Amino acid sequence: MEEKILTKNFGLENLFKIDVYIEHKGYEAVKKALEKMGPDEILKEVKAANLRGRGGAGFPAGVKWGFVPKDVDKPKYLCVNADEGEPGTFKDRYIMTHNPHLLIEGIVITSFCVSINTAYIYIRGEYEAVALRLEKAISEAYEKKFLGKNILGTGFDLDVYIHRGAGAYICGEETALLESLEGKRGNPRLKPPFPASIGLFDCPTVINNVETLSNIPFIILNGAGRFCQVGLPKDGGTRIFGVSGMVKKPGIYELPMGTSLKDIVFQHAGGMKEGKKLKAVIPGGMSAPILSADEIDINMDFDSLVEAKSMLGSAAIVVIDEETSMLDVLALVTKFYSHESCGQCTPCRIGNSWINKIVRRIMDGKGNKKDLDKIEQLANNMLGKTLCPLGDAAAMPILSIIQKFRKELDTYLNN
Amino acid sequence: MSPALSEQTKKKIEEIVSRYARKEAALLPVLHLVQHELGFISSQEERQVADLLGIRPIKVKEVVTFYTMINQEPVGQYHIQVCSNISCSLLGSGPLIDHLKSKLGIEVGETTEDKRFTLSTVECLGACEQAPCMMINFDYYGNLDKEKIDEILDSLE
Repeated sequence: MEEKILTKNFGLENLFKIDVYIEHKGYEAVKKALEKMGPDEILKEVKAANLRGRGGAGFPAGVKWGFVPKDVDKPKYLCVNADEGEPGTFKDRYIMTHNPHLLIEGIVITSFCVSINTAYIYIRGEYEAVALRLEKAISEAYEKKFLGKNILGTGFDLDVYIHRGAGAYICGEETALLESLEGKRGNPRLKPPFPASIGLFDCPTVINNVETLSNIPFIILNGAGRFCQVGLPKDGGTRIFGVSGMVKKPGIYELPMGTSLKDIVFQHAGGMKEGKKLKAVIPGGMSAPILSADEIDINMDFDSLVEAKSMLGSAAIVVIDEETSMLDVLALVTKFYSHESCGQCTPCRIGNSWINKIVRRIMDGKGNKKDLDKIEQLANNMLGKTLCPLGDAAAMPILSIIQKFRKELDTYLNN
Repeated sequence: MSPALSEQTKKKIEEIVSRYARKEAALLPVLHLVQHELGFISSQEERQVADLLGIRPIKVKEVVTFYTMINQEPVGQYHIQVCSNISCSLLGSGPLIDHLKSKLGIEVGETTEDKRFTLSTVECLGACEQAPCMMINFDYYGNLDKEKIDEILDSLE
């Protein structure tokens, strides 16, 4: 049985209540970090664990924290990215619903390490019930003095607030999230400067995903070595794989980093629904380049997916069966990105809506032989040419679908 | 002339504003509150919110027009939002949307004459393990089929 870090106690009734959480070693990591370790030692441990960002980019959390300048006369902020908008992704909803105090522990330890006194949890607007659950957990943590003034008598103060989004995929991009938190449209910022030096309200800011922060308590209690043993030496811990689409048992599966995609689909998720045949898999949320059925003998870790010219992203696995038309899949992808482009950069704004129009035309039976080349050209004109990764996030799956399923797509075109 | 905000909401707004280093950062939470009370954000409310936060009305309009969850027009008592993204589409959200259209006698984006139902499609709701899924107001419903949708709508009536 593989070791679980985040979902280990999910079976316990009322784990979301602080008393139950504390009964099962809850808040021990906060005590250890604040009373015995101190900021430098915490940072050293998280860096050694090489905890890579679970939101999608895979950037090591410890390195990110290390970028925050120490000698500035400004407040510093932590923004927890709970926007979870990447299609196919639902893992953070499970953590926040079933184990909210694990996230709060991660927030307290991170904030203590980086000398942060205010944290905001930016949660997607649709998750109202989840936000209420978190709000209750936060007020319990205040009552038990794990939040607020002088936490555990160490002199460390921390306030945590929930900030609800209002329906915009782009706000999961970290600088768009900051703009949104400041009460503006979610238009991403030009980087540099990076949020670590100039972030929320022009102050140094750390932005981490829910799942990333929820791994911190385990690293503090068990050490970086143990964390890496669970996963891979350079890519430690587990991932919560969210499997959906044409499988028998859709759901979340927390498994070691590097677990085989084939095993996740055919063993953990029970294999294909209704005896259907596998056609393709999206391995890391809609933005990840698609894998065809013969490419899924692959380990699910950041580097293996890059090698396969795809990405692990948010570890959201969408399983597509043989009866599904790839033109339909392409149309879903182009509809989504043309709807969600913030409109700031021309290649993404015009490119996505243009591609979507061409795909609609093909769906109406009016496609011609040059259309796929035209889509590829437009997608290539977005790659690397926009302020934020949305342009790439749209271009990558579009190009991969055309490249791998061109033969099928050709059959929808007229001569 | 739209109704004025309740004293309770105004008080709550004051508390929210105190959470941020800049007053205008409270804009989204305040819009959520106002929409919760009044159902949608008209130009009138945009001005009211701008006054409360000390920003220009255009700054509020910029935000109202950006975020899909902020209603610029009234919606029905029950706002049905069906996911039309990938996992839900693979598992048949398309036919379910058609079913809702014919059952309610409206197109996507419309409200029934009795103002009870508005039908919308939305992008991924983050509940793909229960695909196909939808939201009615803020309640999630998953693993849908036509019969289940009929049952849910009947239970509302």
